[in-house]
Amino acid sequence: MSEPLSLDPRVVGVILAMAAVTFVTKAGGLWLLSRVEVSDRLEAGISVLPGAIVIAILGPELASGGPAEWAAAGLTLLVVWRTESILLALIAGVVGVVAFRAV
Amino acid sequence: MSNPRPDAESDRPDEGADSDGAESQPVTFRRRGVRAGFLTALPIALGVGGYGVAFGVLAARAGLSAAEAGLMSATVVAGASQIVAVELWADPIPVTTVLLAVVAINLRYSLMGAALQPWFSRLSARQAYGSLFLMADENWALTMRDLGSGSGRGAFLLGSGLAVWTFWVGSTVLGVLAGGKIGDPARYGIDFVLAAVFVALAAELWEGRSSLVPWVVALASALLAARFLPGQWYILVGGALAGVVEVIRYDE
Repeated sequence: MSEPLSLDPRVVGVILAMAAVTFVTKAGGLWLLSRVEVSDRLEAGISVLPGAIVIAILGPELASGGPAEWAAAGLTLLVVWRTESILLALIAGVVGVVAFRAV
Repeated sequence: MSNPRPDAESDRPDEGADSDGAESQPVTFRRRGVRAGFLTALPIALGVGGYGVAFGVLAARAGLSAAEAGLMSATVVAGASQIVAVELWADPIPVTTVLLAVVAINLRYSLMGAALQPWFSRLSARQAYGSLFLMADENWALTMRDLGSGSGRGAFLLGSGLAVWTFWVGSTVLGVLAGGKIGDPARYGIDFVLAAVFVALAAELWEGRSSLVPWVVALASALLAARFLPGQWYILVGGALAGVVEVIRYDE
């Protein structure tokens, strides 16, 4: 585990590049989209990206797990639906996966 | 808008009165707006802290120090893309994949920023773009509600952004320190945190039945790509195909 205060120059470089491209996406909308028209069609395509990418990560991750992971994922989903609390959902998921694996 | 042509006006006499809305209200950028935004966003910022702790734990597992993860939260300020980035983290860092994923996930901010245009076009460039640096999903939604109600508080995004930012950065560092102390992750189910975070994210991003088709496309193509393509390409393949399918089927 790395020291809390250590800063690897390569890591910092990648982080700053992430920050730069993110700022471009945030500022670019106001700058560009107030000058050109974006079709509703393209807008619809862009707006599904975050959810689709989350699913694209989650799918293979869960597929490589087993019944314990699937049950814990279901439990996490149930808790986040009912309580709308991320923290409670994460705790439920983690406690759940430990319990289900022990079964 | 300020100088309607006489003929246009006679064609549509109501235009001047109708199209007021955001256009005609004065927009200020004052301390009062910052304060209102900050206080309004506090409860939501607390919830953001939950994600922050989880992100910190994941960042620690990826080998980031508290300073590095804190720096990422302080400068990127875009939760979902950061979580994906540390999931992709490896040695050496797959820079291209990480940056492409970050752009893809954050493209929606362009649309959100554009939605602020009626008000932000009347702020100075420094005020507008400085505020946009702190734009996240949560404080954007609050700001749209506030400006939409006609408050004219141009500094609301900055204030609400500061609240979210403070909790996001603080909880990230907390998460790294906590995550670094845990020994064998599988024993405590820590290896499941990422999946749980994504389940929670997915629940939040679900927009009802309109999400069904793109999500099924993303799931199927990601499963296939994970099987046949090297590395983490399945993430970009799944996201991109879902976007393309949505563009194609838009007006069905």
